[in-house]
Amino acid sequence: MAEFAIQAQELGKRYRLGMSKRGYGTLREALVGGIQRQAARLRGRREDGAGSDFLWALKDVSFGIENGEAIGLIGHNGAGKSTLLKLLSRIIEPTEGWADVTGRVGSLLEVGTGFHPELTGRENVFLNGAILGMRRAEIRSRFDEIVAFADIERFLDTPVKRYSSGMSVRLAFAVAAHLEPEILLVDEVLAVGDAAFQRRSLAKMNEVAKEGSTVIFVSHNLATIQALCDRGVLLERGQVIADGPVQETVNEYLRSLERAANDDLLDRTDRDRRGWRETLIRRVFVEDVASGESDVVVGGRTARIVVEVTEVLPLMDCQMTISNSLGHPVMTLDSTLPSPADVRDEDLGPRLECEVEALSLLPGRYRIDLVLRGNREVQDGLQAAAFFDVEPGILGGRPIPPSGLDGDVVMPHLWRLPG
Amino acid sequence: MQETAVATTPDQKSQQQARSTRTVRLEATHGFSRVLSPRELWQYRDLAVQIAVRDITLRYRQTALGAAWAILQPLAFMAVFSIIFGRFAHLESDGLPYALFALAGLVPWAFYASTLQLGSESLLMYTELVSKIYFPRIFMPFGILVAGMVDLLVSSVLLVVIVMVYGIVPPPAVLMVPVLVLIAAAAALGITSALSAINVKFRDVRYVVPFAVQLWFFLTPIVYPNSILNEPLRTISAINPMVGVVEGFRWSILGSGPAPLDLIGISALSAIVLLFAGLAYFDRVERTFADII
Repeated sequence: MAEFAIQAQELGKRYRLGMSKRGYGTLREALVGGIQRQAARLRGRREDGAGSDFLWALKDVSFGIENGEAIGLIGHNGAGKSTLLKLLSRIIEPTEGWADVTGRVGSLLEVGTGFHPELTGRENVFLNGAILGMRRAEIRSRFDEIVAFADIERFLDTPVKRYSSGMSVRLAFAVAAHLEPEILLVDEVLAVGDAAFQRRSLAKMNEVAKEGSTVIFVSHNLATIQALCDRGVLLERGQVIADGPVQETVNEYLRSLERAANDDLLDRTDRDRRGWRETLIRRVFVEDVASGESDVVVGGRTARIVVEVTEVLPLMDCQMTISNSLGHPVMTLDSTLPSPADVRDEDLGPRLECEVEALSLLPGRYRIDLVLRGNREVQDGLQAAAFFDVEPGILGGRPIPPSGLDGDVVMPHLWRLPG
Repeated sequence: MQETAVATTPDQKSQQQARSTRTVRLEATHGFSRVLSPRELWQYRDLAVQIAVRDITLRYRQTALGAAWAILQPLAFMAVFSIIFGRFAHLESDGLPYALFALAGLVPWAFYASTLQLGSESLLMYTELVSKIYFPRIFMPFGILVAGMVDLLVSSVLLVVIVMVYGIVPPPAVLMVPVLVLIAAAAALGITSALSAINVKFRDVRYVVPFAVQLWFFLTPIVYPNSILNEPLRTISAINPMVGVVEGFRWSILGSGPAPLDLIGISALSAIVLLFAGLAYFDRVERTFADII
């Protein structure tokens, strides 16, 4: 048996630009395109395969993954993580290079794929199991376990179209988790589902990894990656730029995030793919309202996070996640959960502001990831849109403890002490 | 504690070795690799069954009349055609009651036409599946074909019943029906897999198919007998695989005329050519589906 579960050698995947979103065309376009190409050829211009019409989503990617390793795949949006997973699960073919995969591969690239809305939960378990490569007898023998894990006994004979999204996610994960794959490829699925289920699925993945399966896991959540994986691989623009112990790779990634935040945000290419981009995030910064200083806030004072955008759209909203220097999320600020005290101001200009009264963070460096909405759609999103530092301050009359202690947040509090 | 852990690990590893040691090399492929690789198809056989079961289950879910639709459509056409073509236009029907004559052609045609129409959309209906999971994609049009064959089984049985109501006892040649069905299925699978593959790239297929199927209907001797054609046209027309199938259905179920074995033979050959050409094309472009779908 091969030492390696997966061995990749100079893998590369090339896409024609403009193909990824809308690859299909009409016959007319193909005919016109064909004629144009012929005409160009007659005029003596050669079509250059490596020209600007092509994009290498992956290039020269080589690595070996041993049996039983748990690998975290890290990188910005568009760095090639999903492309790599798709290659390894045989959905797409590499343009160059090769990968040897030894063992049964279970892939979970998007939860609920392979579910048919008209079929019942029971029927879908069999269909989805078969799609993931399980034999019928295997599915039958694990059926009860799967249903119990997904916690949907009562809805087994209901068509999946009547399931809540949480229910279908649970069922899909349950099927995949019971596949007992030798190699499990997971892409960002834990982002959905409730917290209890996320914990359960993480535990299950841990179990799968401990049982000797090889796991490749893609997530933006660095805490999850660190909890689950021993080794991290960092991709940037389709290339492996770091590969080693997970902590080192995560650190490298955090540094690259910080470098990216210094760039002009409009130049960034790692934007949220769901974004409609009718408006873009132009600049994000944090102001200390009292001192007027940017990107340095004294703890306990009022902080204002400003998001400048290119266009004002109807119904704009913003969801922010603030993470600490280890990349662990600390809190979420979300205007889609409105408060009666929120203000919608026509004269504000192309910006959104979030005021945090008495910033209760411990001293340290924090990162802002955000998603911008408008016109009822996701418009834009950026990881590491800005960084800011919190300096020691006073909260509710009490000095904020220095960093280095456990935790990131301090609450106003009062003691009652004897004597 | 530690010793136990060390002891169990190699044990688990050896269990895994027993399970699977096959290494798959993923690289850019050329030529015919998947559809024409029986080993690959065999490995995924359970999925083929599941997809076919899905297509059969879904076909009439949430319909009030269910599988009755399989026969209602040919019956309705039969009624209309007997009036228009049989009564007003006085088309020939090889001496058979026109209604039976038409129905015996309409039953296999309904199977053929629906397979072409549903099959050509089969890959596009499940784009998320194609772009997120690997499996032999030929199972998509194949599932539609199998579901259509179940329909055809139901409607063929009803056809025989109706024929007997008319007082005709099907001759022993009725045993040829499965062969005729296979000819129609081979042709349908060949064409539908090619169409579904083209559809991934050019959505024009969606508009061409209904119209092409309609044209094809009139090129096939369903409302008229093939005998109105003169030789050699009569024989040459069997290059259209449905000519052999439709004429064969009439002969084997209604016992009409001499055995059209020449037509059936030519149609069978033509169907086999279509099947392999269609599969070969599908195979050639399958590897790019996920890139462009």
